[in-house]
Amino acid sequence: MESLSNKKKVLEVKPLNLMERAYLPAIIGGLATTMKHFFRKPVTISYPEEKREFSENFRGMHSLKRDENGKERCTACGLCALSCPAEAITMTAAERQKGEEHLYREEKYAAVYEINMLRCIFCGLCEEACPKEAIYLDGDIVPADYLRKDFIYGKDKLVEAPLNQ
Amino acid sequence: MGTDLIFRIVLIVIIFLISLVVAMYSTYAERKIAAFFQDRIGPNRAGPWGILQPLADGGKMFLKEEIIPTNATPFLFIVGPCLAILTACIGSAVIPWGQKMVVGGHTIDLQVTDINVGVLYIFGVVSLGVYGVMIGGWASNNKYSLLGAIRAASQNISYEISMGLSIIALLMLTGTLSLKEIAEQQHGANWNVLRQPLGFLLFIVCAFAETNRTPFDLPECETELVGGYHTEYSSMKLGFYLFAEYINMFISSAVMATLYWGGYNYPGMDWVLAHTGPAIGPLIGTVVLFAKIFLFIFFFMWVRWTIPRFRYDQLMDLGWKILIPLAIGNIVLTGVVSTALKHFGF
Repeated sequence: MESLSNKKKVLEVKPLNLMERAYLPAIIGGLATTMKHFFRKPVTISYPEEKREFSENFRGMHSLKRDENGKERCTACGLCALSCPAEAITMTAAERQKGEEHLYREEKYAAVYEINMLRCIFCGLCEEACPKEAIYLDGDIVPADYLRKDFIYGKDKLVEAPLNQ
Repeated sequence: MGTDLIFRIVLIVIIFLISLVVAMYSTYAERKIAAFFQDRIGPNRAGPWGILQPLADGGKMFLKEEIIPTNATPFLFIVGPCLAILTACIGSAVIPWGQKMVVGGHTIDLQVTDINVGVLYIFGVVSLGVYGVMIGGWASNNKYSLLGAIRAASQNISYEISMGLSIIALLMLTGTLSLKEIAEQQHGANWNVLRQPLGFLLFIVCAFAETNRTPFDLPECETELVGGYHTEYSSMKLGFYLFAEYINMFISSAVMATLYWGGYNYPGMDWVLAHTGPAIGPLIGTVVLFAKIFLFIFFFMWVRWTIPRFRYDQLMDLGWKILIPLAIGNIVLTGVVSTALKHFGF
């Protein structure tokens, strides 16, 4: 039958000649190929010591940002939690008291802010949803751990370090 | 006589230790070399560059649970790996490791024993090696083990024939079975491989088959036979089987180096010997011999990561239909050529 794609190719199987049947030239060729690899630079990256370079828009661990005066930007509006397709984010809002103005930028802040790193799919929708530019996925790879409960990251791990320290 | 005996015993212990250490570090070298061939870096966590890796592996082997299957024959099950490692170790007794050393008036022979049937002794020991595998596979009372053992045994027996035939052509030239004399005849660069290139090729192919190395590593086969004859083995008994393979590799490298590549001889050895004296000079020859052995071990590993394994029928075809006729042809050729050369007065 006529081939429709016109890509059909009939292969001819020739019997091996004596040189090919002796196998030795082919074996020597193979040994030369492996020897070439022997002296090639290894492609291994010894992970914890050496890290691969990430692309600029790599999405890693979340961080809760502070503004230029070191106040927490998050106002606990809950838009990130709402936008999260994996339902990884949860928070409890609290009202800012007198004397806490240097800690929180708005009158309302997140007293508890938790992300379950086992649920998070690192899509970055929380980043997009945030009206206060408070959350960014600009961290490293989330490290391994032994217990499920240890993957629920609270504010202690998420909030950026204060400015003057 | 008394001092001679002490020298011998010390030499035996040293050779035994060296073969164990070489086998131990062959496992490390195998992993490292495999890594280099695959553009990786290999084990590098235990100690600098991972050189403590064999110790870690050994410790792991000793600490693992030892399982003897209910339906196995306990005595034979334990004898199997012991026999495998025993036969691997005793092969080194007749290998000449160097020339006679003279230290403080004492002549030290760097060979445990120079029996006049050294080559036959090696062959005897090699054929005994089959028993370790066969008994282990049989005693496991497991069909995979048994099939693996049968495969290993038939492979070893088939390749022993062509190995023996390939060596006959060499013995026709040397006229002796003593490894010491064979080594002495290759003084300088007068190596047997120059006179017996085909014989050496046949011998090295058979050596690969005898040590169960790729491309002849059919006794173990994950897809068909699980682990082959050592499927039921665990802990250090498994370690013994694996270890025996590496010792066999070391010994067969030493035999190949001695029979075909001049043993401890190297070009310009007379000059070196005259300048370093009879105490140090022979040791340089020993170092040269070990360099050759390590090159062969490297070659074993190099081939392992290059050539895919044979199918079992192809293996038998190669052994019986190609290697044996070639070996017989080599004997005839050697006989004709050496007689002709003698006749025409070369």
